[in-house]
Formats: sequence, structure tokens, C-alpha cells
Amino acid sequence: MQALTNRVQAVNRKPMTFLERLYLINIIKGMLITFSHMFKKQPTIRYPEEKREFSPVFRGLHVLNRDEEGRERCTACGLCAVACPAEAITMEAAERVEGEENLYREEKYAAKYEINMLRCIFCGLCEDACPKDAIYLSETFAPANYTRKGFVYAKSDLLIPNPKTEANAYAEAKGVQA
Amino acid sequence: MTILALDWGFIIEKLIMIAIVVFASLGIALYTTFGERKVAAILQDRPGPSRAGPFGLLQPLADGLKLIMKEEIIPNAASKWLFILGPGLAMTASLMTCAVIPWGSAIDIFGRHVELQIADVNIGILYVFAVVSMGVYGIMIGGWASNNKFSLMSALRAASQAISYELAMGLALIALLMTTGSLSLKTIVEQQIQGHWWNIVYQPLGFLIFFITAMAECNRTPFDLPEAENELNFGYHQEYSSMKLGFYLFAEYINMIMSSAIMATMYFGGYDLPFFNEASVAPNIAALIGVGTLLIKIVLFIFLFMWIRWTIPRFRYDQLMGLGWKTLIPLALFNMLLTGAVILAKL
Repeated sequence: MQALTNRVQAVNRKPMTFLERLYLINIIKGMLITFSHMFKKQPTIRYPEEKREFSPVFRGLHVLNRDEEGRERCTACGLCAVACPAEAITMEAAERVEGEENLYREEKYAAKYEINMLRCIFCGLCEDACPKDAIYLSETFAPANYTRKGFVYAKSDLLIPNPKTEANAYAEAKGVQA
Repeated sequence: MTILALDWGFIIEKLIMIAIVVFASLGIALYTTFGERKVAAILQDRPGPSRAGPFGLLQPLADGLKLIMKEEIIPNAASKWLFILGPGLAMTASLMTCAVIPWGSAIDIFGRHVELQIADVNIGILYVFAVVSMGVYGIMIGGWASNNKFSLMSALRAASQAISYELAMGLALIALLMTTGSLSLKTIVEQQIQGHWWNIVYQPLGFLIFFITAMAECNRTPFDLPEAENELNFGYHQEYSSMKLGFYLFAEYINMIMSSAIMATMYFGGYDLPFFNEASVAPNIAALIGVGTLLIKIVLFIFLFMWIRWTIPRFRYDQLMGLGWKTLIPLALFNMLLTGAVILAKL
């Protein structure tokens, strides 16, 4: 039969020689191989103490951003919710009232902002869609939870700490951000 | 009143020694399980157990505790007394071997001359053989009493394997006995110390056969057919739980230690430390060095057992029988003839 590729290898059907049939030499060869593995570097990462570094493009848990003055950037335009292929994002908009200028950057803000982490596929399309730089995917992932409800992250879970009032927490949150 | 004339010191001395040897063997067996897991891990580029205590050193204690705390289950259909007898017998038989192993020369303590051997029987090797062949009863009875076809199959395998390999083992030893002329393990060791050459030099083929058969007797991979998980689920101890299972697993490790000790004693000079003049230090210290030497030899053999286990896959059953009957027995017979011929030529 004509070979379809040039990768065909003929099977070696030669009868074993005496030394091969003795089996001992091959056993010793195999044992030397396993012995050499004693000196190889172990790829194990001892997890709770050591952690594998995420790649710089890792897409993890979402963060709702604030501007330099600590005001929320999100305007509840809904583009992220539209962009979301898993339909994980819901929000309710509200209008900024007099005296809330130090809380919200623009006249409209998200009164309620929820991401269902069980639906989310961490594609990052919300990040791409956002015109206000308000949502980012960080380098942490959603921790385990006991209930399904626990995976619906509310605005308070997502919002980054205020750089004005909680500078340390903000810097920490910023540190793990992509 | 001969009974009062008993040397009580002698009895106490022996009792203390028995306690030391039994507990030391149990302790070593405990840590051999740890060593097994560590060796396996390191050969496979893994760290192995490392959580319990420093370097995972408390792992065997955790394992033992777990085994003891487990629920004890005796199957309804099992024959109860035999079911309980099995693991006990396996454990007893494997521990009994240590009675004739010379662990060192002798120490002088409290004005007594204490031989570091529980019993210097003049038929030491025969005794070892008798006890080793009793070990298979533990497996047989356990497998039979479980009333489980897999256990029974496994027990049958273990028995036929033990019988086949004991023959070759005995024949390999006969060649050794022809050169030493004694069945006492102590005499064999002393001959090796005085003769400057260990028996491995005179009996390399005999040692090879003995080593392979010892591995088969201990049911170690590549001869662990009684525990072939893919064919027999778990083997003869499938129905066992809690510490009864622990006894079976432990007995295997003690068997391994004892066969290592026997091999070190008979072929590798026992407690003889090469290139070291025992007369240059105090006799007690020399004896202790001897004990340490024997222990190191045992550990090396155990490592070899483990190294082989984590390298070679299990034999097929027909290959096992073929190797035993068609290769090892003729080879052992040939070795015997060769030894006889050399002895005759020397006369």
C-alpha cells in the first residue's frame, strides 16, 4: 500500500537478542532514568505559600474604578451590559442630586450595579466597551462561596476603595490591577 | 529445683532485646511508608508529603491515627475468626523473622556480655524459611475469610507465587550454604568478617536470584500480583478496614525490612563495616557501629526495593510463573552446580 505521508515508520519485528531477553540491562537503564529524576527541578508550586504569577493579560475579577478625586467614573450607560455576551451585568441608573458632586463624576451614576460571577466568562468585553474607563478586570479571581447568591457581586463588592479617604486600601487594590 | 536456677538476667536481657527489636522494626516500618511515598514523589519530580510537621515527618503518625480511627467493618458473609486471624498472622510471621538476625556483635553492659541477637539458632536460615512460608498463611486466610472472589483470587495468586519463588530462593541459598558450611546467621556474618570478602563476591548469581525471589516473597512490584488493582480491585485485603488493613500493609513493609536485613546479613557482611578495624575502638562502641552499619545496609536495600517499584511495571501472571519456574529455578540449580564444582576443584 502506498503511504499517505512520509512519516510512516516500519515496525521493528526483529527477535530480541539474548541481552534484551535477559531484561536486566533494560531494567538497569530504566532505573538510571528514574534515578536521574531525583535531581531534576520539581515544577510543584506549594500553593498557599507560593502562588503562581498571573500573566499580565490575565482577566480576573471586575473592579469599578474611581477618578483621582475619588469619584465613581461609572455613568450607568449600560454599554458594558450590552457588550456582555453572558448577560451577567445588570444596573440601575440614578441622577446625581445637588451636593453629590464629590461622589459621582457625572450627572448620572449607577445606583445598583451587579455582576453575576457564575454567568461571567471573564472575556473582558465590558472593559473594552466602557467609554468612561470605569470597569477593569483585575488579577484576582472570584473566591469560593457557599451559595449561588454569594456570587452575585453588588456594587459595594466591586467598587475600588476611595483614594482620598482610604489611600492604603486603594493602593493595594491598584497593585493587583492589570 | 532447676526452675529457680534459671538465669533471670538472661530472660530479662532477652525480653528487653525483643521489645527493642519489635518496636524498632515497627518504627522503621512506620517511616518506611513515609520513605516510600517520599521516594516515589522524588523519582516522579514531586515534593511528596510535606504538610504534617517539618518536611512532612509526622505524616506516618497521621496515617496511623487515621487507620486506627476508621470504622472497623467485618462483612456479614465473612468467616469471623479467620477474618481476624489473617492480619494478625501476617504481622506475627513477618515480625518473627527478626529473632534470628544478628544485629551486632556483642556489648558488655552492667557486667553482662550481651549478644545483640535474640536467638542464635544453629538452623537460623531454616527458621527464616519456615517463618517466611508462614507469612503466606496470613494472606491466604485473610483472602479466604473475606468471602470475596477477588480476595480469594488474590490469595491464590499470593500462595502460588510464594511457593514458586521459595523454591528458587532455597536453591540460591543452598549454594551459599555450601560455601559457608553453616546455617547459623551469626556464623555466616563472622565468616564474612574474618574472610575479608563478603559473600556477594563468591555468590553474585546466587544473590541476584535471592534478591529477585525476595522481592517476589514480599509481594513488591514488579511482583505485586496479589495486589494488582486493575485486575483484583485491591487484592486479598479488599474487605479489610481500619487497623486490620493497617496490619496487612504494615506486614508488607516489615517483610521488606526483614528481607533486607537477611540479604545484608547473608551476602553483604551483616554488621561488618568494611575498611574499619573494630579493635581500634572500645568493644561496645564497635558493636554499636556494627548495628549502625547493618541499619544503613538495610536502608539502602529498602531504597533499592522502592527504586525498583517506582521504575518497573508489574509482570503479567504467566510471565511471573515463567520467570520463576523456567528461569530462576534452572539458574539457581546451575549456580548450585557451579559452586559445587568450584569447591571440589579447590579441595
